[in-house]
Amino acid sequence: MNSKAVTPDMGRFGSFGGRYVPETLVAALDELDSAYSAAGRDPAFHEELQALLRDFVGRPTPLYRARRLEEAAGGGPIYLKREDLNHTGAHKINNTMGQALLARRMGKRRVIAETGAGQHGVATATACALFDLECVIYMGDEDVERQGLNVYRMELLGAEVRAVSAGTRTLKDATNEAIRDWVTNVTDTHYIIGSVVGPDPFPRIVRDFQAVIGRETREQIQTLEGRLPGVVVACVGGGSNAMGIFHAFVEDPGVDLVGVEAAGEGVASGRHSASLSEGRPGVLHGALSYLLQDEDGQVAPAHSVSAGLDYPGVGPEHAFLMEAGRARYVSVTDHEALGAFHRLSRLEGIIPALETAHALAFVLAEGKELAEHGPVVVSLSGRGDKDVAHVAGIERAGARE
Amino acid sequence: MTGPNEMLFGLQEKSSVPDPRPSSTPTAPLSADTGKIAVAFRRCAEEGRAALVPYICAGYRSREETLELLVAAADAGADVLELGVPFSDPLADGPTIQRASYEALRAGMTVRGVLDLLRAFREERETPVVIFTYLNPILRFGADEFLQAAREAGAQGLLVTDLPAGADPELEGKIRSEALDPILLVAPTTAPGRVEEVSRGGRGFLYYISRTGVTGSRSALRESLAKEVEEVRRRSTLPVAVGFGISSPEQAELVAQWADGVVVGSALVEELDRGGVADAAKFLGALRGAMDRRHAPG
Repeated sequence: MNSKAVTPDMGRFGSFGGRYVPETLVAALDELDSAYSAAGRDPAFHEELQALLRDFVGRPTPLYRARRLEEAAGGGPIYLKREDLNHTGAHKINNTMGQALLARRMGKRRVIAETGAGQHGVATATACALFDLECVIYMGDEDVERQGLNVYRMELLGAEVRAVSAGTRTLKDATNEAIRDWVTNVTDTHYIIGSVVGPDPFPRIVRDFQAVIGRETREQIQTLEGRLPGVVVACVGGGSNAMGIFHAFVEDPGVDLVGVEAAGEGVASGRHSASLSEGRPGVLHGALSYLLQDEDGQVAPAHSVSAGLDYPGVGPEHAFLMEAGRARYVSVTDHEALGAFHRLSRLEGIIPALETAHALAFVLAEGKELAEHGPVVVSLSGRGDKDVAHVAGIERAGARE
Repeated sequence: MTGPNEMLFGLQEKSSVPDPRPSSTPTAPLSADTGKIAVAFRRCAEEGRAALVPYICAGYRSREETLELLVAAADAGADVLELGVPFSDPLADGPTIQRASYEALRAGMTVRGVLDLLRAFREERETPVVIFTYLNPILRFGADEFLQAAREAGAQGLLVTDLPAGADPELEGKIRSEALDPILLVAPTTAPGRVEEVSRGGRGFLYYISRTGVTGSRSALRESLAKEVEEVRRRSTLPVAVGFGISSPEQAELVAQWADGVVVGSALVEELDRGGVADAAKFLGALRGAMDRRHAPG
């Protein structure tokens, strides 16, 4: 495909993206844009980030061949890109380290973030502890309940967690509240957005900081297999781990890029988070992308068993890749994801995050067919320790019924 | 800004001489209706007072009550009305207008419902109306269809909170050519050079946000506000109305000395909660009275 089309023009990916924000934020986005460009040209910035990723985060992460998973899926080689082995247990920290460095460059002493599952909140709190920045995390109070462990981790790291009781009380409303905070405190505060969503330049900043996942994978698979993968699979809520691993392969038309959304209780039930499969173009949180919405343009509540995918929007670059036919997007139910959560634990001794379990469920179901295209790589975006109490609760409730 | 014309906080009132600057720069064929907002502001300037611009969330408490409130506001001396389309994710709004939006949606208000309300209001009064909305409901309605429907329902202006000047030239062009006045916002964070650009893209009036933050009443205005308003007025070819946080007759009186208009939203919702349309109208009357109080030149 034409690589130029992927380069955002005025913050757009095709017709998607843009900067649909209150006027108060325009100056801050301009400031961030120029700080990011300057950082990109500064070798010292790259060196510092690289050293942090190596010594603090633990990169590169392994590309691990999961032989028992292969057998169970009934096909050829399946590799897991082990983002769960990053410090703090997920890919989120790749982005927060980069953005915390940007905050410091801009002289902003206060950082805010939204979080769903709590992984981005923990990764932000971690970066803020390291750089001695004041840190406030917004989290829907439904998520505060289902991700109690991560709430305590954030507090332990010195962050203040503010529970949001407005609207759907999940990631969408935590994001609204973070944006309101940013509008109010914009002069001394940097908003570390957690996914490839939001107004330009956020989707490309987050993608660029996450692109290390795909760069490493590309090198590793060529060493291990002597060729590129046939398929790359990743779960998609906002879509940052997916964009991170896809980016290095977008120019390779032979590599099938598959994003797995959350079908919740089934897309027919209306209780799901499959924005790309079931939504239509709309504007939320500053960007034009696919969006779950009703006939009147009101944002529809999303649902997923996994708090990190429970979001009615999706990153604009995914909308672009889908419409351009460069990536395809499928969906997996809560039930199937819970099944994969158990299977990977038993098969490989790896407890995946519930978000990641969506990508694994797809590979388990379609593994044989996928393997025909060549090696399969799954972005193992996070570890599942945070989900253990939540899943145990669901299963206890299920057993009582 | 310094110099002989420097305005000291709250001591000097703005010139009440009619502003010779063109307050509307037509770029498309305009119907006889366009310019009604400009006319309203010009009339205020001629009378040496500031325009009162209440924000009313469509469908809050009930459709009937919104219609009553619109009429009462017009009768209490509103010069221009802002009619708000409720949205599920009002991220530029504070708790009061968020709550009004959610309740209006729960009570069944829709974009079509807002246009119906406006049509009903037009049977009663001629006060110019600005539709105040987030972008997504009008995108879903269909931008072209919405602009035409809004025009036909009797709107004169359109303010889209999450469409800052320059964000979507195609859509902004459509709004201008649909003979609705684009009401654009300037914030304390807006770069000085950009104020002129924003002003050029708007018509009717320019909306100055009194502080960084979301909507909602505050007990105090920022000390630098008078100077900021003066600076924006100097750079703008349009009259400048000030909103966000103005919640008492005293504050309205003060702001009316610097600005061409005063926008009141959250405080009006709070009055509506306290005592219904009657109290809300009384509150607007008090604002009107305070704003029209004559001040000896400083």
